[in-house]
Order: sequence, then structure tokens, then C-alpha cells
Amino acid sequence: MTPLTGYLIVAALIFAIGLAGALTRRNAIMVLIGIELMLNAANLNLIAFWRYSPHSELLTGMMFAIFSIAVAAAEAAVGLGLVISIYRHAKTADVEQMNRMKG
Amino acid sequence: MMQEAIAFTPQLDASSIARWLWLIPALPIVAAGIISVLKQPRRKLASNLAIGSMGISLLIAITAFAHVLSGWAHNHAVREVVNFSWLTVGTQSVELGWVLDPLSAVMLVMVTFVGLLIFIYSTGYMEHDENYTRFFCFLALFAGAMLGVVIANSILLLFMCWELVGLTSYLLIGFWYHKPSAAAAARKAFITTRVGDIFFLLGIVWLFAQTGTLLFYDHGAGSMEPLALGGLLVHHSHWGLTAAGAIGLLIFAGAAGKSGQLPLHVWLPDAMEGPTPVSALIHAATMVAAGVYLIARVYPLMAAGAIAPGTTTALTVVTWVGASTAVFAALIAVAQNDIKRILAYSTVSQLGYMMAGLGVGGVAVGMFHLITHAFFKALLFMGSGSVIHGVHEEQDIRRMGGLRKYMPLTFLTYAVGMLALCGVPIFFSGFWSKDAILESAHSWPLSHAPYYMLVFGAVLTAFYMTRQVSYVFFGEYRGHGHAHESPRVMTTPLAILAVFAVALGVIGTPAWPWFRGFLENHAASVEMHAFAEPAWLMLLLTSCVIVIVGIGLGWWIYGNKSPRSEEPDALQKAIPPVWTVLANRLYIDELYGATVIAFYYWWAKVADWIDRDIWGDMVSTVIWLTNHWARLNKFLDATMVDGAFDKGCEEIYNGGGVLARIQNGRGQIYLRLLAVAVVILAAILIWSGRP
Amino acid sequence: MDFVFYLISAFAVGGALAAVLLKNLVHAALALTIAFFGLALLFLRLDAQFAGFAQILVYVGAVAILVVFAILLTKGSEVPKEGVFSKSWFAGLAIAAGVFAVLTWAVLQAAPSLPNQTAVPAVTVNDIGNALMSRYVLPLEIIAVLLTAALLGAVIVAMHEKERAKQ
Repeated sequence: MTPLTGYLIVAALIFAIGLAGALTRRNAIMVLIGIELMLNAANLNLIAFWRYSPHSELLTGMMFAIFSIAVAAAEAAVGLGLVISIYRHAKTADVEQMNRMKG
Repeated sequence: MMQEAIAFTPQLDASSIARWLWLIPALPIVAAGIISVLKQPRRKLASNLAIGSMGISLLIAITAFAHVLSGWAHNHAVREVVNFSWLTVGTQSVELGWVLDPLSAVMLVMVTFVGLLIFIYSTGYMEHDENYTRFFCFLALFAGAMLGVVIANSILLLFMCWELVGLTSYLLIGFWYHKPSAAAAARKAFITTRVGDIFFLLGIVWLFAQTGTLLFYDHGAGSMEPLALGGLLVHHSHWGLTAAGAIGLLIFAGAAGKSGQLPLHVWLPDAMEGPTPVSALIHAATMVAAGVYLIARVYPLMAAGAIAPGTTTALTVVTWVGASTAVFAALIAVAQNDIKRILAYSTVSQLGYMMAGLGVGGVAVGMFHLITHAFFKALLFMGSGSVIHGVHEEQDIRRMGGLRKYMPLTFLTYAVGMLALCGVPIFFSGFWSKDAILESAHSWPLSHAPYYMLVFGAVLTAFYMTRQVSYVFFGEYRGHGHAHESPRVMTTPLAILAVFAVALGVIGTPAWPWFRGFLENHAASVEMHAFAEPAWLMLLLTSCVIVIVGIGLGWWIYGNKSPRSEEPDALQKAIPPVWTVLANRLYIDELYGATVIAFYYWWAKVADWIDRDIWGDMVSTVIWLTNHWARLNKFLDATMVDGAFDKGCEEIYNGGGVLARIQNGRGQIYLRLLAVAVVILAAILIWSGRP
Repeated sequence: MDFVFYLISAFAVGGALAAVLLKNLVHAALALTIAFFGLALLFLRLDAQFAGFAQILVYVGAVAILVVFAILLTKGSEVPKEGVFSKSWFAGLAIAAGVFAVLTWAVLQAAPSLPNQTAVPAVTVNDIGNALMSRYVLPLEIIAVLLTAALLGAVIVAMHEKERAKQ
């Protein structure tokens, strides 16, 4: 197993954990936490690939990861703001009770 | 005696009078049309229209006659035809047209003249009838149709007018239709003549098929012209009959119906139910003469292929039927008690004479008797009408009598007519015409029996007329009320006709056979020495004997005596069984009733059964089937189609409900589905990307 | 692979597990922070120093704090009675396991063809700055706009109801 493969498997693991959390937890904030973990796992993937690529002076992977971090931060802000707003409305942050879009 | 007719030189274009000939029948028909839309109270207008149209037609007829006469006098025969094509079907066309020749000219003048007199007479006779307008409408229509028959050059046009004559006769006989006897008589007339007309139509069709033309004269191509007649003589069928003979017999059957010859005579006496002017016009002068005229018109056909002149099969049949009718009807007339019925049987008898005359002597002989008979028979009928009018609608001669004193003018004119009918020699036209017939019958090559029959008939004629006159005009008045003379409008036509009854004899004497010459297109000069011929003198003697025997016998039995109406007739006392048979008209009507009519009723019942039960059942079955088919359809539609449709919709609805559960509004579930989809896609991608 | 890698990995994975499994939300948030730290260390080990420090600055310093704030504002500190996991948690777990399986399989499948440059990349912050200003200037600007928009958006979305109603 090459180092790259190791990193990739770790990233996959963190991603799966984050996904499990987003899919099973009842609290909306936990879902967001899961999403953050997934994003981080992706970042790890990117950096790993950058490190072991033959043209690492292009900084492609690094840049991608940095931008990803920025976007993730923005998204976390807006998402948590949304959760707060919903909490104010419905007095609960339980995703199971948020089914007003039921068809 | 009988000369061969010289062929008419063909005329290439018709003179102007011939072109306008169609006006003669058209005017009365138009008058009838106008009268038919008039209201009932416009009586004077109706009769004036009818009389006016007849008057103008008479003038035109006289002009046409003068034209033909001048042609004859200058020795070129006039036979002008105007033909036209009525409708064309493919290459065949239906041709109609009219002809102006001596035969039609003579007939035109006779019909219009006698018709006009009778129209004028009717204004007096029908004065008190409320359906005056309708009467004149029918009279005018009849006159127009009869004139159409006279001038027709196309056998189809003749048949059409023939049928129209039959129709108007029906309308006029049944004029007082509220009387059941009148309605029945009209029906009987129509149906009996119809039987004859069927054969006539067959004859027409056969003639058309064989010769290819409907026209009598068509510049050499007509069916009465030598070319076509030659074609008809080629084939012989059963009993040595040629096509010409067979067609001639068929046409004669039609004529026999209209002219009341022996088996089809039953309608004529019953036709007396109509008003007297109708009897005078239709059943004396015109309609019944139409049959004789028809035979005269198709005489070339009847006489075609004769070995000796006038001896074809067709003409032989005509002669025998005519002679039999003459005797038969005269026998019945002896025992009748209704004044008009005696005259009716007399007409039947005289028509038999005319037919026999045509058969043995040719066109001129038959037509001469037709013309003279028209005048004196019309005179006799109108005279009887005057009598009936004068004795307040009584028609039984046993309740009249002694009217000589009360109705002198009527008596005088009636006597003239009676003498003419009896054939009293020299002075009266009837003698000359009847004599011509007897003369021809005497020299008929095939048999002398018709001659004897006709002589016997003449004796009977004199006998029954004497009986009638003595019952009506002599003796004591046995009726009720007061008898009076008729108004002038009725007696004047009587007088005019009486003059003709005498004067017309002149045109047919052997000394100056003008009539024959005119019709057959040869010159006729006055030859007084013809009177001295022994054959003719023999006949004169015979006629004198006939007249003396007949009138004498009648006067002797009935004379000036005045039997009361309840007493049986003198002859009846003498030979009761014979009298009963004669009085019952030889039981012919009863015979028909038992056979033909009974058969017809049975057939009608069968047809009714078929219609009601068989067809009715079929219709019911169809209805039942349709009904149940409709129900089946409804069932299928309601349960199956609708049911299936409803079920389908329901399932879609339910399916929708099932699918809607996927969209439950829960974000986590959506996310899960997303992840599953991604997994599957990725798996597929990786699997396909394997080295 | 050496021992350090396994240690840091255990750190990160453990933190992630704790973040997902803990019932108390605040504890979960703190565990999340540990996970972020672990990841930052991994970045450092991968010679991506800038990325590692950026990770600490942004994630640990901002996102984690933000999460804690949100938890506090939504009273997430109380443990709910029905339970923290949904009724069909096993389905979710299974799906996540499936995802992990697929990813691992992909990695192992592609292992022979993966690049394996062992030379350390010589990257300085100077280089990153240059790259940001030259090659990646457009994404940079867009990120700036994005962050501004996100800032404004978050403020508006989370603003107090009464004030918004008045507007």
C-alpha cells in the first residue's frame, strides 16, 4: 500500500463517517457537522493527490483545497443561520419534523 | 263499292294550320285548369270558360277541316304530321306528335261541335246543382283529353290521352259521389276499361319493340306506313297470326273496353248514374267512340297482309265481336225500364255495329256510322234528359206517358232521333250509315252470319225504340206532378242536332260517296244512277222490311196503350222466362261477380294475410333483434368498457398515491436516496473502467 | 506507512466518530474540533503547510465556534427524549458503509495506476501568493464575492423575526 493509498482510504473513512452522521442523526446541526466532515475528507483527498502528483509546482491541488475551505466556511455560516431561523419558527431543530414539503 | 285506298302523298312540311293543331285540345285543358282553381260560386265564369274554349277549338277544327277538304278537292291528299321528341334516353327517344288528315279532321269537327252543344245544354241542365263549377272543370278536361286522342300521331300520346279520358269519365260518372250507386258505377267503369287497357298497353309495347317507333306517320318511318307493316308480317306465330294480327287484337282489346264490346260492356249501363249531359257526351258521342276511332286509326295494322280486303284475323275477330255485341245488347234493351238504360244498351248495340262495320267494310263504313250515331244518340240522350227534367227527375218509363202533349218540342226532336236510330229509309242519316254496314256485311267473303245477326239487331232496335217512345210519349200520363217543357237553352241544342241527324245522311249515299272518298282519298262524284243498281235496291228493300217489322211489332204490342206501372210488361206476360233473363241483363254481371270478382277478393285476402302475418312477423323479429342488440351493447358499454376504464383510472390514482409517498418532505431520506444513486453510478463506472 | 501517520489518522477518525456518535451536541462539536485538528496535522504531514494552517484558522477558529454558537442558540444542549438517531438509522449506516465500500474498492482498483512522486514539493507562501494573484485571480475574486454574499445572507437569514417583520 502506497502512502497515497493510505491517505485516500483514511479520507474515504472520514467521508463515510460524516455521511453516516448526516443520514442518521435527528438534529439539523448534526447533519451540518456531518457535511463538514465530508468536505474535510474531500480536502484531504485533494491535498494527498497534490502531494504525490508529478506536477505539484502547479499548486492545483492546494489551491482547490484552499478554495474549498473558504466555500465550506461560507456554507457553514449560511446553513447554521438557516437552522437558527428554522428553530425560531418551529421551536425544534429535529429534521424528522420538517416535512412541510411532503408531496 | 269498296275501292282500294290510294296512298297519301307524303307531305314534307306541315302547313301552318297543322302546326297550330295542338291548340284544339290544349284550350279546353287550360280552361279546365283555370276552372279548377276557381271558387265554387263563380259558376258563370266556369261555364263561360269551358264554352269559350270549346268554341275556339271548334273554329280551329273547322279551319283544319277546310284545309284538308281543299286539299282533297285539289287531288293531293293531306296528311300532315308534326312530331317532336319528348325525352331522350341514350339513343332512344320518346316521340310525340299530332297528325292532320281526313280522319282526324272529321273527328275533330264532330267532337268539338257536339261537345259545344252539350256544354251549352249543361248550363241549363245543371242549373240547380251546387257543384256546377266542378262539373265544367271535368267536362272541359274530358273534352281536351278526347281531342288529344283524336289528333295523336304517337301511340304513346294517344294512350296518355286515352287514360285521361278514362279518368275524367270516372270523375264524371261518379259526379254525385255521395250516392253509393254512382261511386260504384264509376269504379266499375274505370276497372273494366282498365282490363282492356292492359292489353292495349301490351299491344303498344309490342308494336314499339317490333317497329322501333311510336309514331303512326313519320315520313315513311311510322308504324302505320308500309315499311313497318311489312316488317310485322314476316313472322307467323300460333293460329296463323302474324305479329300485325296479334298486336291488332291486343289493341282491339283496349278498344273493346272503352267501347263496351261484349265481355267488357258491363260498365256502360251503370254509367248512366252520371248526369245526363255526361251520358250524352261521353257515352254516346265521344268516349265510347274513341275505341272505334282507335281501330280506324290503326286500321292499316289491322288490315295488313289481307288476302282479300278486310279479311285478316284481327278484322275477323272485330267483326264477330261487334256483331255479337250488337245483337246481345239489343236483346237486353228490349226488357229495360229505365229510359237512360235503354239508350245505354242501344249505344252498346250501335257500337257493335260500328265495330262490325270496321271489320267488314273498312274505315269509311265504320266512321260514317260513328259520326251519324254521335249526332242522333246525343240527341236522344239530351232528349231523355229533357224528359227527366220535365217529369221532375223520374226515370222509369212506366211512370211517364203522354208527354207528347206536354213537351212537344222534345217529342219532335226525340222522334227524329229515334227514327234515325231505327234506320228509317232515305230521310234519316242512320239509314244511310247502317245500310252501308249491312251492304258490306252482305258482301263479306268469310261468312254471312254477321249479316243476319246485324239484320236481326236492326229489327230489335226498331222494336225497343218504338216500345220506349210509346211508353214515354204516348198514352196517358202516369207520373206524379205536372209535366212541363224544358227551357230553351236545353231544347235549342236538341233542334240543332235533329237537323244534323237528318242532313248528315247526304254525305254517305251511294250516289255521292263523298265521305268514303274523303277518308280514303279518292274522288267522289255524284252518280244518281247508283240508286238504280239491283244490289242497292235489294238492300233498300231489306231495310224497309226491317223497319216496318220492327216498328210495326212494337206499335202493335205497345201502341197507344197506357199500361199502369204495376202491371207487367205485355211481352213479359207472353214469354216470362225469356223476359226475366233479358231483364236481368243475361246475368253477365252476376257471372263476373261469381268468378272474377270472387277470385280477386280471395287473392286480396291472401295478400293481406301475407302482409299482416308474414311481413308483420318479420318486422317484429327485426325489432326484437334490434332491441336486444341495443341492450347488449348497453351492457357491454356500461360494465365492460366503463368498468375497465374506471378500474384503470382507479389504479392510476392508487399508483399515484403509492408514488407520492416517496416525496415525504424529509430531507434526510432524499439524501439517502442520493447517496444510493451515487453508489450505484460509481459502481457502474468503476466496474466498466476496470483494465 | 509509518507510525506517525497511523497515530494522526487514529486521532482524526476517532474525533470524527465521536462527533457523529455523541448524544450531547456540545460534546459532539468539541469532538469535531479534534477531528479538524487531526486533519490539519495530516495536511502538515503532506507538506501542505499553508493548507494545514488555513484549516486550523478557518475550521477550528471559525466553523467550530459557529457550530457551538448555533447549538447554543437552538438549545441543543438538552438531550432530546425521543433519541438522537432516526428510526431508520440502520438504513443510513448501511448506505454509508456502502459508500465506503465503493470508495475503497475504487482506490484499490486504481492503486497500480496512481502517481507516486516521493519528492517533496518546494512550495513557499510566496509561490502561493503569486499563484493566487496570477493564475487563480478569478477564483479569488469570486470567492471574495461569495463570502460577502454568504455573510450578508447569513445575517439576513438569522436575523431576529420581529425586526424583519417590521421591515
